Amino acid sequence: MDIALSVKDIHKEFILPHERHSSLKAVLMRTRDRGYEMQHVLRGVSFDIPKGEFFGIVGRNGSGKSTLLKILAGIYQPTSGTVERDGSLVPLIELGVGFNPELSARDNVYLNGAMVGFSRRQVDGMYDDIVEFAGLSQFMDQKLKNYSSGMQVRLAFSIATRTKADILLLDEVLAVGDADFQRKCLAYFHDLKQSGATVIFVSHSMDSVREFCDRAVLLEQGELVAAGTADEVAQAYTRLFSPPPEPESEGADGQRFGTGDVRFEHAEVSPEFTETDDDIAITARLSPRAGFDRRVRLGVLIRTAEGTHVLGSNSATATEARAFEAEVTGSTDIHWHVPNILNDGDYSVTLIAADAASHEILEQWDEAAHFSVRREPRTTNLMAPSISLAVVPVG
Amino acid sequence: MLAAGLRDPKDVASVRKRLADLRQQYSYAAVLVRELVATDFRIKYQSSFLGYLWSLLRPLFMFVIMYIFFGIFLGAGGGLPNYASYLLLGILLWNFFAEVTSGGVTAVVGQAGMLRKLYFPKYTVILSVAITSFINLLINGVVLAILMSVFGADIGWESFLLIPLVIELAIFGTGVAFMLSALYVRFRDTGYVWDILLQAGMYVTPIFYSLSFVRGKSLWTAAFLSLNPMAQIIQDVRYVMITKQTTTLDDLVRTGWFRLIPIAFVLAFTSWAIWFFKRRAPMFAEEV
Repeated sequence: MDIALSVKDIHKEFILPHERHSSLKAVLMRTRDRGYEMQHVLRGVSFDIPKGEFFGIVGRNGSGKSTLLKILAGIYQPTSGTVERDGSLVPLIELGVGFNPELSARDNVYLNGAMVGFSRRQVDGMYDDIVEFAGLSQFMDQKLKNYSSGMQVRLAFSIATRTKADILLLDEVLAVGDADFQRKCLAYFHDLKQSGATVIFVSHSMDSVREFCDRAVLLEQGELVAAGTADEVAQAYTRLFSPPPEPESEGADGQRFGTGDVRFEHAEVSPEFTETDDDIAITARLSPRAGFDRRVRLGVLIRTAEGTHVLGSNSATATEARAFEAEVTGSTDIHWHVPNILNDGDYSVTLIAADAASHEILEQWDEAAHFSVRREPRTTNLMAPSISLAVVPVG
Repeated sequence: MLAAGLRDPKDVASVRKRLADLRQQYSYAAVLVRELVATDFRIKYQSSFLGYLWSLLRPLFMFVIMYIFFGIFLGAGGGLPNYASYLLLGILLWNFFAEVTSGGVTAVVGQAGMLRKLYFPKYTVILSVAITSFINLLINGVVLAILMSVFGADIGWESFLLIPLVIELAIFGTGVAFMLSALYVRFRDTGYVWDILLQAGMYVTPIFYSLSFVRGKSLWTAAFLSLNPMAQIIQDVRYVMITKQTTTLDDLVRTGWFRLIPIAFVLAFTSWAIWFFKRRAPMFAEEV
């Protein structure tokens, strides 16, 4: 198998002087302030990317992803270690690099095109397509500074999608914008995947990683802590955000806030671990403060370990039929039954009690309990309900 | 043996690939330089009423002021024929040097956004500044040629020496720009220091006064001043273009070898500056 990019034992240290030595005085009077910190951002990262692979790099903020990306692109030099590359590489870390606000959009197409490696003649050939794809044909003679940020992004993205290189470095932050733009970006990522290009993809969205990447690595504090299929790495990433495993969900005491007029106790999920479609039962005891006799609206919210709200039964916009309200005068046991249509993953339960009239939050208990769902094989979707299918021949 | 090694088809393929890589690298650099230069001109052209004309008018205004004060009032021409052409030529050559070097100071830092997001050959930003300044010099040269026909000049076969002399000037200016831009990334004082040095340089270099004037006071001072490559270049260009009465190094020091000192210095300094820039370039993205 041909290797497109081979990374061997990359270390990167940044020297962070307490005060930047960017003046002569600071250098001449070095005795006064010699304080600096070494920041060890990457600690021995190695991996190989075969040609034609869609390769994901995931990790939390500050895990060293961006630094690694810049080293792969040749923008930063590694402190030690090597990057061997076979073929041309273009980083698309940010859209519209080198855009000059004083120039017309037309001139900026040529300028930005040059940055990603196109000659004037090549840009001539694709100019009409770029403009049409960006949907900006009437505005090409305007100066870029008169463009809205959305128009600038559209133009820049339109150029970026023409980029031809053996290896592309993509940062997922490219896909920021309205829903329409995000769809275009995702379509572009799909096309790249179809075309068999070698792509290095940095992302926070495990859904995107699962959807596009063949393999991935997980960075944590500058080290590779997981490498494997996109699915394995996405699970490892998700686990970073899960609380340490606890034998009993009751013992997990998450964050509480609210007026405290009522209090949830003994939250419990049954089963805590399931591989079936059976309902998930959530039970909690609600104890009001003495003398409390108002109507309470009760809610439950289920979140993924990454924090995505998956489903819930309470919100300000809930219809009368879906809202759950009760008169609470003494300790009350509350049972929720949630149909298990959840996908493989770890989930947390948030319990909410609000004043039915004023909607004031009396008690919200985040991470009141946890449970896990296992599905084999895993899909890339948020939900995994049993879907029935009927195939009926006509005629 | 190279020839023997090349018989192996694998080696031939790898050499071919390396050549293709090199070609790709340089064509990328060329496209980039071209766009950077074009951007610079477009912005100058668009951003003010007189647009690009200002680049031409600035040295002309300087010339008018200096001609009135030094030429007419102070008589700094010292009886040189064609003093107006002599002065304008000096100003234009010096102006190129000042433009390329002070543009060079901020060239790398000015592209900080690009540096942090893109890998590209860093020398392209210096080359684009040098080429921009050189185009300005050429256009100024056209104006100069017109004025020379009015003010008088002494054109002959020797005038062809203008070409190597201008090349020497371009190499020297670009070399200084390489050094300054790399220094400025680390030390922002470079900008102020260079401003002062340029001011001083204008007086150390015989731009508005004639070297024969200095020679009258002290031969050694005149010889020392003309070892400065800018003085050597300006005086030599004047000699071949304006008047044979220009005092050059040859007049001051009879030993022919002295001629080579400024040229050798320009070549050695520029080589060092490029080496220095190349050594610092990988760290630019982190340091700007």
